[in-house]
Amino acid sequence: MSNHDSHEEHCEHKGPHVVSLGLLATVLIVLLGLTGLTVVTGKMDLHGFDLAVAMLIATVKASIVCLIFMHLYWDRKFNGMIFLFAVMLLGLFLAFGVLDLGQYQANVDAYRADQIQP
Amino acid sequence: MIFPASNALQRTNYLNAQKGWWSWFWTIDHKRLGLMYLWGVFAMFAFGGFFAMMIRWNLATPDTNIWDPELIPAATALAKMDAYNRMFTVHGAVMIFLVIIPGIPAALGNFVLPIMLGAKDVAFPRLNRFSFHLWILGAICFILTFTVGGLDTGWTFYPTYSTGSAGKAVIFATLGTFILGFSSIFTGLNFVVTIHKLRPPGMIWFKMPLFLWAIYATAVLQILATPVIGISMLLLLVEYTMQIGIFTPELGGDPVFFQHLFWFYSHPAVYIMILPAMGVMSELIGTFSRKPIFGYKSIAMSSLAIAVISFIVWGHHMFLSGQSPLMSTIFSFLTFAVAIPSAIKVFNWVCTLYKGSISFATPMLYALSIIWLFGVGGLTGLFLSTMGVDIHLHDTYFVVAHFHFVMVGSAIFAFIGGIYYWMPKMYGRMASEKLGRITWALNFIGFNLTFLPQFVAGTKGMPRRYFDYDPEFAVYNWWSSIGAAFILVGMVLTLIAVIQAITRGRPAPANPWGGVTLEWMTESPPPEHNFEGDPPEVGDPYDVSLVEYKNELDGFVPAKPMASDPNMYDYRASLKAGVAHTNLHP
Amino acid sequence: MTATAHAHHGPAHLQHHFETSEQQFDSAKLGLWVFLLTEVLFFSALFVAYTSYRSLHPEVFAYASNYLDTNLGAANTAVLLLSSFTVAWGVRNAQLGQRKLLIMNLIITLLCAATFMGIKYKEYSHKYHEGLLWGGAEHSIFKHNQFMILDAVKEHSHAWNEGVPEAGVAAVKDLSNDQRRDVSIFFAIYFCLTGLHGIHVLAGMVLLTLILIKVLRRKITPEYYTPVDLGALYWHLVDLVWIFLFPLLYLIR
Repeated sequence: MSNHDSHEEHCEHKGPHVVSLGLLATVLIVLLGLTGLTVVTGKMDLHGFDLAVAMLIATVKASIVCLIFMHLYWDRKFNGMIFLFAVMLLGLFLAFGVLDLGQYQANVDAYRADQIQP
Repeated sequence: MIFPASNALQRTNYLNAQKGWWSWFWTIDHKRLGLMYLWGVFAMFAFGGFFAMMIRWNLATPDTNIWDPELIPAATALAKMDAYNRMFTVHGAVMIFLVIIPGIPAALGNFVLPIMLGAKDVAFPRLNRFSFHLWILGAICFILTFTVGGLDTGWTFYPTYSTGSAGKAVIFATLGTFILGFSSIFTGLNFVVTIHKLRPPGMIWFKMPLFLWAIYATAVLQILATPVIGISMLLLLVEYTMQIGIFTPELGGDPVFFQHLFWFYSHPAVYIMILPAMGVMSELIGTFSRKPIFGYKSIAMSSLAIAVISFIVWGHHMFLSGQSPLMSTIFSFLTFAVAIPSAIKVFNWVCTLYKGSISFATPMLYALSIIWLFGVGGLTGLFLSTMGVDIHLHDTYFVVAHFHFVMVGSAIFAFIGGIYYWMPKMYGRMASEKLGRITWALNFIGFNLTFLPQFVAGTKGMPRRYFDYDPEFAVYNWWSSIGAAFILVGMVLTLIAVIQAITRGRPAPANPWGGVTLEWMTESPPPEHNFEGDPPEVGDPYDVSLVEYKNELDGFVPAKPMASDPNMYDYRASLKAGVAHTNLHP
Repeated sequence: MTATAHAHHGPAHLQHHFETSEQQFDSAKLGLWVFLLTEVLFFSALFVAYTSYRSLHPEVFAYASNYLDTNLGAANTAVLLLSSFTVAWGVRNAQLGQRKLLIMNLIITLLCAATFMGIKYKEYSHKYHEGLLWGGAEHSIFKHNQFMILDAVKEHSHAWNEGVPEAGVAAVKDLSNDQRRDVSIFFAIYFCLTGLHGIHVLAGMVLLTLILIKVLRRKITPEYYTPVDLGALYWHLVDLVWIFLFPLLYLIR
């Protein structure tokens, strides 16, 4: 874990990072716990924050998987940047798409209301 | 025939090292794959070009049509119109997905990129072969559309037509596009990793040839945008076959959503087509002006800027699709922004020409004509990005002329210029200059004659994609069809020139044009692993003083031993010593 | 072929165009991360569809989600998390040369994947029998514009007649035509998202099986374990997608 932030500095290649079994098992337990938590919170009334809480828990779970299971914490920073970039682009796509697709919904609803209901 | 000392035609080179068709089909050599892409693209270009000529024939005058009832009595008026719809659809789809998108990156890029890097191959040679095979499969899918009645949705596949009443050809076409998308993704992935990990000693990012910058920016676009067309095509396929409902209003879906998905890819795809052409331009202008390229860093950075901005402009295709005015305003503004990096490139090319010692070899003629053609194509793009003007010009021949100026006038011309430029390297032989100049003139005159009148017809309101038109547009269409005939002759002669060069051309020296990038430092054609021994050391890719003309070779040779820089970091030696190279492999 | 014809120095796994094993490993890893990026964007379109429709019709999504079995979804989440753990452990085994443990972990991962697909099959077949399908499917109870031909299906469908008793959700027959049409979009997105994810699970199983064969043929050593590492990364992505799908589809109130 010592060399995660200093690729530029050390010239000796240390070889791949081996994650300890204890850490992997801890991560599994935390992930299962968070799954339980999200099921519980999913059944509670959180006054409009349901989706936010569910997404927060999912993001925490995903980050743990990325950092520990996928070795991003010890890997070259560029690989992590690539992945982060994908998520950012997804966000951009989501934002533009949702921003637009909602805009003309009133017209669709008005059109539907005019249709004769069988 | 006198062979220059450095010509490798008589020795073992990549062309003759392995024999038999299997050694080509199953090769992992990027040079052979590049050549096979090249010939595949030629074939598809002829295929798509045939339909272009049929379209222009049909439109030559208001009353001509090639499906004259006297010639084909059975053809009803409706059948003829359907045939026309299929022709422009196949023309568009084949030219975009099978010709322009793979044209420069997959054919020229595959051949040149590893040699420019001084590498033996791309990072994943087998993946490279796989993408080529996928390309063939995609091409077959498109050809198969004819067996089920032909595709007539336009290359954009808009629902609800494509998911409803269009024929079974939609299945093959979407499948073909999906497969070609993955071919494109894998090519892009390969190039990104190759540029990151296989750069040679001393080639820092800002010593990379500009062609590589352009290919890198293209590859980034291919990787980021193409998956979205993949999923859109997949969704369209399930929509068509299983009525899943996401795009169909009767089932609660939203057809505009498809347009968002489609243009999220297909707008960046426009830059997948033009960026490599800009890269070729930078190489050609630099080499034939015999002068270091002007504004290296701004050309390199503008490639990346175009790649980034191209992701947030897709809505300008949808001004009239029911998209909200808010989004249209944002997209219109962002579209203006993309003109800035494009203009930066053009200014830099022009500044490179200034006081240069310009040689009007065939590749350079193409490059110079692109400055005009891209200028017209780019500036008319600004008309279309202005929302108010676009409402008038939308779906008229103005749009047709605009994108042909960019895609054909710039991308295809750069492709042909690039073929002439790298032909000596590919086949070890020179193309005929005389024939080259004649064909260039035919192509250039024919192109302007075809598409300049279409701007006028478009501003007067002639709609695109129609089988017939009002008599008031007759004059423009007549000249347009005459121009198309010029292009036909020009392109056929270009093909003849290429074949003549390959079979009977003068053996080429290693560096016939005076290029300084690494591909000119090896033999023509290169050996199987690109360089005999270690590749030459890397200098400034545009320092023309590094090569000098040798009369007896009719080519250029290194002016001085390039290993003169004592500060040059000995990368290979240190690699062998197990040193990490984070400065070279960020 | 070309690669073998060229005499190269260095270990057997080193391909001819790389200088060192490290360079080759880094390239492969970078390539795979770029591929994962394309996978994220591949799913992106469906996430945009999901977000758009949910923001337009939140009540419809809350209603339709009741018809998904949260317990089965949670079970599948647990199974995938476990498989992620075993495959991550497998990478550790490969790095340390613990061949037997590696084989065991790969087999457990494959079993988990099969379990996931089994549970998925159970869910799908239940949905099929209930007619809880997308709008255009033959047996769909949402085929609102073809009322006549579907009566037979409707009578046999619990969802059509009774709703979900434990949640007290109205039966589909009590919805208006517009509402039914919107609910059918939820199921369209559900089947697209889980279907695409399921295809990725199957692809991952094929990949892991190929890697297992490599391990059994003793091609994997602590010096060259790239396939295991890459396969594991891909498998984690499959897990990552599911981590988001589970709350988005099953846990809507």
